[in-house]
Amino acid sequence: MGKVLMKGNEAIAEAAIRAGCLNYFAYPITPQSEVAEYLSRRMPEVGGVFLQGESEVAVSYMIFGAAAAGARVFTTSSSPGISLMSEGISYIIGAQCPAVFVNIMRGGPGLGGILPSQADYNQATKGIGHGDGRLLVLAPASVQEAVEMVMTAFPLAEKYRNPVMVLGDGLIGQMMEPVEFPDHLKTEPSNKDDWATTGMDNRKSNKRNLVRSLYLDPVQLNENNLILKRKYEQMKKEEVRFEAYHTDSRYKLLIVSYGTMSRVCKTAIDMLAEEGIEVGLIRPLTVFPFPEEAVFEAAAREGCKAVLSVEMSMGQMIEDIERSVRGACPVHWYGKCGGEVPTPEEVIEAVKQLI
Amino acid sequence: MAKLFSKPEALADQPTHYCPGCTHGVIHRLVAEVIDELGIRGRTVGIAPVGCAVLAYNYFTFDFQEAAHGRAPAMATGIKRVRPDLIVFTYQGDGDLASIGMGEIVHAANRGEKFTTIFVNNAIYGMTGGQMAPTTMPGQRTTTSPFGRDTEESGMPVRIAELLASLATPGYISRQTVIKPKYIKKAKQAIKRAFTYQMEGKCFSLVEVVSTCPTNWGLTPVEAVKWAEENMLPYYRLGDFKTPENN
Repeated sequence: MGKVLMKGNEAIAEAAIRAGCLNYFAYPITPQSEVAEYLSRRMPEVGGVFLQGESEVAVSYMIFGAAAAGARVFTTSSSPGISLMSEGISYIIGAQCPAVFVNIMRGGPGLGGILPSQADYNQATKGIGHGDGRLLVLAPASVQEAVEMVMTAFPLAEKYRNPVMVLGDGLIGQMMEPVEFPDHLKTEPSNKDDWATTGMDNRKSNKRNLVRSLYLDPVQLNENNLILKRKYEQMKKEEVRFEAYHTDSRYKLLIVSYGTMSRVCKTAIDMLAEEGIEVGLIRPLTVFPFPEEAVFEAAAREGCKAVLSVEMSMGQMIEDIERSVRGACPVHWYGKCGGEVPTPEEVIEAVKQLI
Repeated sequence: MAKLFSKPEALADQPTHYCPGCTHGVIHRLVAEVIDELGIRGRTVGIAPVGCAVLAYNYFTFDFQEAAHGRAPAMATGIKRVRPDLIVFTYQGDGDLASIGMGEIVHAANRGEKFTTIFVNNAIYGMTGGQMAPTTMPGQRTTTSPFGRDTEESGMPVRIAELLASLATPGYISRQTVIKPKYIKKAKQAIKRAFTYQMEGKCFSLVEVVSTCPTNWGLTPVEAVKWAEENMLPYYRLGDFKTPENN
């Protein structure tokens, strides 16, 4: 199959099917409702499950129930919907089940707006639901990358038995781009028999399986939280992904940016290079785990005088950058978070104020 | 020597944490007996609620999931949609189902999800220490209605069986009780019928079981039975409110 022109949301939907995920539960919310519309037609064609739940809260538990029964399952939503789902996500993390959540972010807080934003950075990387849980968070910058990340997300969720989030801003869902789908994923969820409630008759051992997040014994609860912590440490070792752009130049300033915003930054960097101003870019592909070492090394490079975080949020990523830079140079912020995507000219202006 | 009576295979051989006079033990046993009789233990998944039955998974010997408060019907929906071959039931109390989980149960019933709900109504929050529930009787004293439930402020008790029976989607909705031996046989029949409808892929099924909570009612077990019979049964009428045949 060659390249096809597709809207991000529809490509995300198709990518899940090609990842072998034939189970989708969702609640409509702008700007990602096309995923549900697409799958309401497509799932019956492939013998899959499509169900529109009564609320995002309910959907998060449909996902939990299905995942706990050993199914490959996913949902998509947008910021206010993810807030509601974060209750269920916390339970899914605690019970160690794999599932994929796609957040096509819009501006907030509250109802905010319906235009692109990256305002859920902290929620996704640090504060999803209550308790000591984390998500593995992939941040695509194009429709093609959204497809690839959705297809990567399922095996990652299964590897860690932890939910994985694909964090795209509204533009990733709404824009149309040429996309080429990778081959169908061949892997199956593994080791289900050890933990999933698939029915005792359907397994080799006659041990019953119990999926829960409740541990009334404090020693056991601490142990469960240590298991989770070890998974997040393993993610930090094995799953960090990033792209370095223009970092072979003698840059005086390093930009850290992800998603749609990073594409605007690349254009700005190219335009600045024509003027003889060199700027480097580190683009996190995983925002948790954050590419700490890559950002540190790029910021500590000789000649780099400052780091600029360019986000469609009010400086949420700055804390991760400062932590990574470890004082090697000052860290600044530029961004907008009302639904406008800053232009290359605006990024250039922000860069020029610093050098 | 012939064995005349034994614990159901579906019921774990261990003491429960339930209070003296609590009816959860009886209801657990009825569910276990039905599962044994229908021969479905190996493909059944139970879902425990939040409330006194949160640890129900310790007392059964088949697959179980533990839900968040009120969300068991959404979890059951998720399981049943991806694995229609499994037999799925939720076991929920009145705080869980009739308050925080009202949305989930109504929509699951209205979609006609093919799972079974055992709804234990004892007119009070048990585990959190006897607070008022949507099912608390008018004038009933609880730790959050110390002067008795004021219906001007809190409305009338919610009758879940009648409410769900009003939905146009076919279903099996029954209310039973286990507070005296004479009621138990009928309660078991209703539970068995509910599971049977599920096995036939027919409809959503719910059996509400009027129960006692001597501890939080501040009564002895014997007094609690009398109180339930005099106060709850006239309001929470027993019987089948809806069957797929008479929808």
